[in-house]
Amino acid sequence: MRKYSVFAVAREAMRAHKGWEAQWTSPEPRAQYDVIIIGGGAHGLGAAYYLAKEHGITNVAVIEKGWLGGGNTGRNTTIIRSNYLYEESMDIYEHSLKLWEGLSQELNYNVMYSPRGVMMLSHNIHDQQVFKRHIHANRLYGIDNEWLTPEQAKEFCPPLDISASARYAINGAALQRRGGTARHDAVAWGYARAASDRGVHVIQNCEVKGIRRGPDGAVTGVETTKGFIGARKIGVSASGHNSMVLGMADVRLPLHSVPLQALVSEPLKPIFPCVVMSNTVHAYISQSDKGELVIGAGTDQYNSYSQTGGLQIITHTLDAICELFPIFRRVKMMRQWGGITDNTPDRSPIQGVTPVPNLFVNCGWGTGGFKATPGSAHLFAHLIARGEPHRLAAGLTLDRFRTGRLIDEAAAAAVAH
Amino acid sequence: MLLIHCPYCGEARAELEFRAAGDAHIDRPANIAAISDEEFAEYFFLRDNPKGLIYERWRHIHGCGRFFNAVRDTVSDKFVMTYKAGQPKPDLSPAPGAAPALPADSRPVETYEATEGRAE
Ligand SMILES: Cc1cc2nc3c(=O)[nH]c(=O)nc-3n(C[C@H](O)[C@H](O)[C@H](O)COP(=O)(O)OP(=O)(O)OC[C@H]3O[C@@H](n4cnc5c(N)ncnc54)[C@H](O)[C@@H]3O)c2cc1C
Ligand SMILES: [Zn+2]
Repeated sequence: MRKYSVFAVAREAMRAHKGWEAQWTSPEPRAQYDVIIIGGGAHGLGAAYYLAKEHGITNVAVIEKGWLGGGNTGRNTTIIRSNYLYEESMDIYEHSLKLWEGLSQELNYNVMYSPRGVMMLSHNIHDQQVFKRHIHANRLYGIDNEWLTPEQAKEFCPPLDISASARYAINGAALQRRGGTARHDAVAWGYARAASDRGVHVIQNCEVKGIRRGPDGAVTGVETTKGFIGARKIGVSASGHNSMVLGMADVRLPLHSVPLQALVSEPLKPIFPCVVMSNTVHAYISQSDKGELVIGAGTDQYNSYSQTGGLQIITHTLDAICELFPIFRRVKMMRQWGGITDNTPDRSPIQGVTPVPNLFVNCGWGTGGFKATPGSAHLFAHLIARGEPHRLAAGLTLDRFRTGRLIDEAAAAAVAH
Repeated sequence: MLLIHCPYCGEARAELEFRAAGDAHIDRPANIAAISDEEFAEYFFLRDNPKGLIYERWRHIHGCGRFFNAVRDTVSDKFVMTYKAGQPKPDLSPAPGAAPALPADSRPVETYEATEGRAE
C-alpha cells in the first residue's frame, strides 16, 4: 500500500494523477478462511482490520452483498459522542471516542473526525433532570459533559432561537465538547484499504444466503451468490439484516428492524458550528464540510425493510428545525433517504457469542452505532479471536435478555443517536 | 404514510390515527411465574423480525381506540389484510403469484383522488 501524504499529492500533481492505486484489492474468494465477517459496513471492515493488526489473523474475508458502506454506514448523520448513562455504554462509546481521536493517523486515511461539540437541548424540567443525571454520571466516570444555560447555548450555536416565546423554548443544554462528526464513507474505505493491505479479502456484490454447520453444530462456512465459502469462525455485522442472517443458523434475536431517515439541504456557506440534538422534538442537525445541513429524523413506528420511511416523519423534523433555527426556514432540502436499523428492546447493542459454536454477533446498534464504529470493531475482533468478550464489552451479551440485566438506555433518555 | 383499514370502523384511515403495537399472535404464558428464564426471554424479547409477511397488532388510537391485527409485507409496506382481534391467524400461503384472499369485511382503499377527483 502506497502511503498517502503531502508528498504523494505533490508527486501525483506532477504526473496528472496517473499513479494512484486502487484502495483495496477485489480478489475472488478462497475456498476457506479462518474468519468470515458478514457485512461490509464500517463495523465489519473495522473488525477485519483489527483481527489482522492486533490478533495476527489475516486469512479473513469480509463479505458484502452490495457495495462497501452502502448500508447504514453510508446513510447516517455521523453524530459521535460518548455521554451515555450506564457504565456498559460509557465503556464502549468512550473506548470508541478515544479511537476516533487517532483514527486518521492509524489508518493513514482522512476520516475527517471533527470534534466540534455535540449539544443536546433541554426543553423542560424533565429533560433538565435527565441531562444533569447524565452529566454527573459521565463526569464521575471521567467523561466530559457539561451543563449550559440558554445564553451559553446560544453563544456556542448562534443560529439557535432561545427566546422565551419560541415554540420549543429551551431551559439549558448538555454539551460534550469532544463529540462531533466524521466522514461516513471514509471510515468504511479507510478500514477496507488498511485491512486489504494486511491481506484481508474484501468481497463485494456477494450475498450470504445460508450458514452451513457441521455435525457438532459449529459453523463450517457460508452459502453465497458466489458459491460455498468455508470458514472456521463467522462474525455477523449486517445491521438491519442481522435477524435474517442469524436466522440462517436458527438463532433468534431480540431485534426489530425499522427505517430511520435523514436528509440534506442545498449547500450553504459555513453557518452551523456544532452538532445540535433535540430528543424531545426529535431533530438532529449539523453542517457537512460540503456545506449541506445534515438533518436526522425519527424512525417509523413499524417493522420495515423498505429503506424509505414515511413523509410525515421528516415533515415533523423539519417543523422542529424551523422552530429551533428560524434562520433556516427558506433553505431547500435536496435529498432524503432511509436506512434499516436493528433495534433492541433496551436500545443497547449486542456483541457476543451465540448459541451456535464459532458464530459471533455484533448487532442492535440501531439508530446510533456509527459513533461506536472503531470501538465496536476493535472489541468485536477481540471476541472473534479469543472466543470471549473483551472486558469493555462484557455486558453487551445476548444472554442479558435471559438474565434480565438490561442496559436500559431507552428508558434513561430515549436518546436516538 | 400508510393507509390502514380499521376492521372495526370499516374504513381506511391515515397512519397518524394509529399506533403500531408489535407482533401479533404472541400468547402470554398462562403460568408466567412458573416458566424458566429462557422461556420468558423467548416470549418477551425474541422475535422473527421477518423480511416479508409480518403479523402485527395496531391500535386505532385516535379513532375507535381498539386493537386489531394486520398482515403486512415489510418490504413494500403494503397491507395484505387487517382483521379483528381474537380472530385466528390467517393462513396466507397462496399459490405463487396469486393474490392472497382478502377478508370478507375489507373494502377497497378510498384515496383522495378516487373520491374527490384530481387535486388541481
Ligand atoms: C438515517 C440514519 C442516521 C443515523 N445517524 C447516526 C448518527 O448520527 N450517529 C450514530 O452513531 N449512528 C447513526 N446511525 C446508526 C449507524 O448508521 C449504524 O448503527 C452503523 O452505521 C452500523 O454500522 P454497521 O457497519 O454495523 O452496518 P452497515 O453499514 O449497515 O453494514 C451492514 C452491511 O451488511 C450487509 N449485508 C446485509 N445482509 C447481508 C448478507 N446476507 N450478505 C452480505 N452482506 C449483507 C449490508 O449490505 C450492509 O452493507 C444512523 C442510521 C441511519 C439509518
Ligand atoms: Zn377504528
